[in-house]
Amino acid sequence: MLIKQLSIFLENKSGRLNEVSQILGNSGINMSAFSVADTSEFGILRLIVSDPELACKVLRDNQFSVNLTDVVCLNCPNEPGALAKALQILSDNKISIEYLYAYSMGDSANVVLKPDRLEECIKVLQEHKMELVKASELYKI
Amino acid sequence: MQEVGLTANDIHGIDDLTKLPFTIKYDLRDNYPFGLFTVPMSEIVRLHASSGTTGKPTVVGYTRKDIQMWAEVVSRSLCMAGVHRNDIVQIAYGYGLFTGGLGIHYGTENLGASVIPISGGNTHKQVQLMEDFGSSVLCCTPSYALNIAEVMKEMKVDIKNLKLRIGIFGAEPWSESMRKEIETKLGIKAMDIYGLSEVIGPGVSCECEHQCGMHINEDHFLPEIIDPETLQPVAPGEIGELVFTTITKEGIPLIRYRTRDLTRLIYDKCTCGRTLVRMEKCKGRSDDMLIIRGVNVFPSQVETVLLNMSEVEPHYLIQVDREGTLDMMSVMVEVQEQFFSDEIKKLEELRLKIARNLEQVLGIAVNVKLVEPKTIARTAGKATRVIDNRKI
Repeated sequence: MLIKQLSIFLENKSGRLNEVSQILGNSGINMSAFSVADTSEFGILRLIVSDPELACKVLRDNQFSVNLTDVVCLNCPNEPGALAKALQILSDNKISIEYLYAYSMGDSANVVLKPDRLEECIKVLQEHKMELVKASELYKI
Repeated sequence: MQEVGLTANDIHGIDDLTKLPFTIKYDLRDNYPFGLFTVPMSEIVRLHASSGTTGKPTVVGYTRKDIQMWAEVVSRSLCMAGVHRNDIVQIAYGYGLFTGGLGIHYGTENLGASVIPISGGNTHKQVQLMEDFGSSVLCCTPSYALNIAEVMKEMKVDIKNLKLRIGIFGAEPWSESMRKEIETKLGIKAMDIYGLSEVIGPGVSCECEHQCGMHINEDHFLPEIIDPETLQPVAPGEIGELVFTTITKEGIPLIRYRTRDLTRLIYDKCTCGRTLVRMEKCKGRSDDMLIIRGVNVFPSQVETVLLNMSEVEPHYLIQVDREGTLDMMSVMVEVQEQFFSDEIKKLEELRLKIARNLEQVLGIAVNVKLVEPKTIARTAGKATRVIDNRKI
């Protein structure tokens, strides 16, 4: 249930994002989901890719500062109130969310989550019959 | 002396001075804090400190006689710059371990003028006191003088309504064009004063009313100009590094102390009638020290701080800009991969931690910018560590 997400440090300079996508594209790596967290000085690019270990290597070879972080991906129905239900469960169980990003495709939506307590979060969601996406499936999207 | 094979019998006259070895800043650092004092601590009545090249400051000590001599050379300086006992002198140099504030203070009191010991900062109050107390002399760094002028404009204060007449500016380099700017904006005569804490503090030399070089108080501080590469004395009037031998100091006398300031000496008698040798405005330094808002900063201090932090690489770049009238120093630091955090707030915390550590050692606030690894050039030779964008 643990998904390996890439975190890349980017200076606030033009072309950095472009360079990352070029490098990954040239190595045959596909991006399934991503989000950028920014301040005025720098940003952190968070990526779910088809081959996290390889992506890490090629980016490091190109002088990027990269790390792998464990996150979890929740799949819920693509309808109003679906996300609220999941977030309520987490809140009731005192699990905080550091950040999240999501996308919908057809009938369902994928929500990539970084909770403060990963194992707890997985346990609680499974207890409440919430669907967690397997890593192998997510990397293929 | 034994190392160079010298005894007191080898010194017969002033020309023999060049036989003596130099003293450098590292000598004070290596003997931190009081190793170079030549009197017992019971005779030391004052301690001052200024920036060192690493984490520790440079410390100097004064006996009662040293304090009196210091007051005397500062009084002489103020007097030759046109200050007299009926003046009201606003001292906006920092009071504390820095020699600027207290140095000018004692000299002004000794002269008999009225001291306003306001120290630096709180610019609105500075202007208010100028209006209310009728200050006639302003003492501060030249860049702060321009800052005060800016705030006066904001406060809609007309310089014609003030009693300001003279400014005594030093602690950082400033050009003739900056002088014209200050004189116009504040309606005063802007005089240059020079000094360094190792020699005494402010008052080593000062301009007279003709503003044609600073008269050195050579009866107390013997000047020489040397070639910083060969360490030999240069021909009279040539530019080189200023070296001082203190003749009357008791607490921490220094022989041939290398100031790292570059200038030349002018030996002709001055229009004012004084025969004390003059030195020109300093042209630069023969080391990498920076002066930021009047504070001495060594790139090696930044290196020391970064080396003590495992979260960052000791590769850095210093950039200095002057935004308006005040200097701003930014330090670019590479994020080390193992400590690169996925969370923005952790990176922000790191950035602020670096800034705090730097501020503690340097004594000034700096801007820290985190940059990607390997973006700071690594060179085989001496790395370029400083980009100074200021046009002084």
